[in-house]
Amino acid sequence: MSKVRVLVGTRKGAFVLTADGKREKWEVSGPHFAGWEIYHLKGSPADPNRIYASQSSGWFGQIIQRSDDGGKTWHQPGTPAGEAAAGPPKSESNKFAYDVSAASGKPLTTHQWYDGTQHPWEFKRAWHLEPSLTDPDTVYAGVEDAALFRSTDGGQNWKELPGLRGHGTGPKWQPGAGGMCLHTIVLDPSNPERIYIAISAAGAFRTDDGGKTWKPINRGLRSQYIPDQDAEVGHCVHHIAMNPKRPGVLFMQKHWDVMRSDNAGDNWTEVSGNLPTDFGFAIDVHAHEPETIYVVPIKSDSEHFPLEGKLRVFRSRTGGNEWEPLTKGLPQKDCYVNVLRDAMAVDSLDKCGIYFGTSGGQVYVSADAGDSWNPIVRDLPAVLSVEVQTLG
Amino acid sequence: MIRLILPPHLRTLAHVSGDVELEVTVPVTQRSVLDALEARYPMLRGTIRDHVTLQRRPFLRFFACEEDLSHELPDAPLPEAVASGKEPFIVIGAIAGG
Repeated sequence: MSKVRVLVGTRKGAFVLTADGKREKWEVSGPHFAGWEIYHLKGSPADPNRIYASQSSGWFGQIIQRSDDGGKTWHQPGTPAGEAAAGPPKSESNKFAYDVSAASGKPLTTHQWYDGTQHPWEFKRAWHLEPSLTDPDTVYAGVEDAALFRSTDGGQNWKELPGLRGHGTGPKWQPGAGGMCLHTIVLDPSNPERIYIAISAAGAFRTDDGGKTWKPINRGLRSQYIPDQDAEVGHCVHHIAMNPKRPGVLFMQKHWDVMRSDNAGDNWTEVSGNLPTDFGFAIDVHAHEPETIYVVPIKSDSEHFPLEGKLRVFRSRTGGNEWEPLTKGLPQKDCYVNVLRDAMAVDSLDKCGIYFGTSGGQVYVSADAGDSWNPIVRDLPAVLSVEVQTLG
Repeated sequence: MIRLILPPHLRTLAHVSGDVELEVTVPVTQRSVLDALEARYPMLRGTIRDHVTLQRRPFLRFFACEEDLSHELPDAPLPEAVASGKEPFIVIGAIAGG
């Protein structure tokens, strides 16, 4: 019998929601890491019992947690659960040190600050953890201030991939309202050397050599808040989604505009079409229908809630431009929640399940590809991220 | 033996329930106490002091003997009452919120 495990990161801890393939009756475990911000947690495709979590706090900094039993127990990599033995530190799983080595070329020391001056890179937290598609011990971390790190020993030690920050445009990168974060990491299953990332507010980048060198892939994006519409960087990309069966086709929710690319990001075209507003954060692709995509339109960049108090997911079955509202089971009045960039996910069951979490603490599931929705939980802390594992 | 009081979140991370007792080589300073703490509980590395700069995290404070020692130099000797274990060295989260 198939099963799904939904991993939910919130402002005050992590929750694990499980159900069988019907996705009707749910068990809730948590809060794990109660009181801490859990920006993201995600399971390894190569070993579903291996889950990585980013735990952070304004007081105590960044912690990386790992589970090897599907989220039942957790430990900091290199420090086995429950162990507080004497001796030297066993690992540096919480250490994200920007690369300043001479060997990596010319590490950047500054980026653009809100007032236009240059500002040094300062590590704040890990926004997104992306486990390797093939190796449970390899995992990527997207961090604020924007950089990409990789661990190849199960999260015990982290090393920056400095080619990204070393890209010549670095001094033009600037923080968005939420900070200068690398929030999206998409691995290409057909090409292990190809990785896509996105940064607010620098834009999208792609490597074709395993992270050594990167190129901005922002051609076709239009952003009214930067003076040069053809600027190589400076765009506030909110999220990128890809169907693994068609890795060259990307969908993007930008600050404003929903975009698609049919050539691995080299060019983008707007597909907002008949959306009532094309501001938003989350975007995802149906697991089996690569032209079926989902967004949750948000009123505007200054009013982060749905239009008219109606929580609506919009689905396009045509790869964009033609959108239909999905409302069955979702609140259609007095709803003023937000859905953040990492808070939408799809399972790979047939029918495809769609999940999203809100700033009001609800996690909704649709077991019929969006036609109808039910809340799994209603009263969690504000949801930061939702990921789904399809098991068995 | 130095006595150390940690905030609840750090006790959870370190898997301890009460005060922490540490052997610290003299001279007893903020640095030597935190070095000893992180050697005994490596999961706390980076949580009190930044991993790279070793600066105290801005929302944490160090109290002892009814004094705020947060702005003392890391290598300044701590009060004798702390060094002798009579008084605890307290790591505390700064007040925040409304």
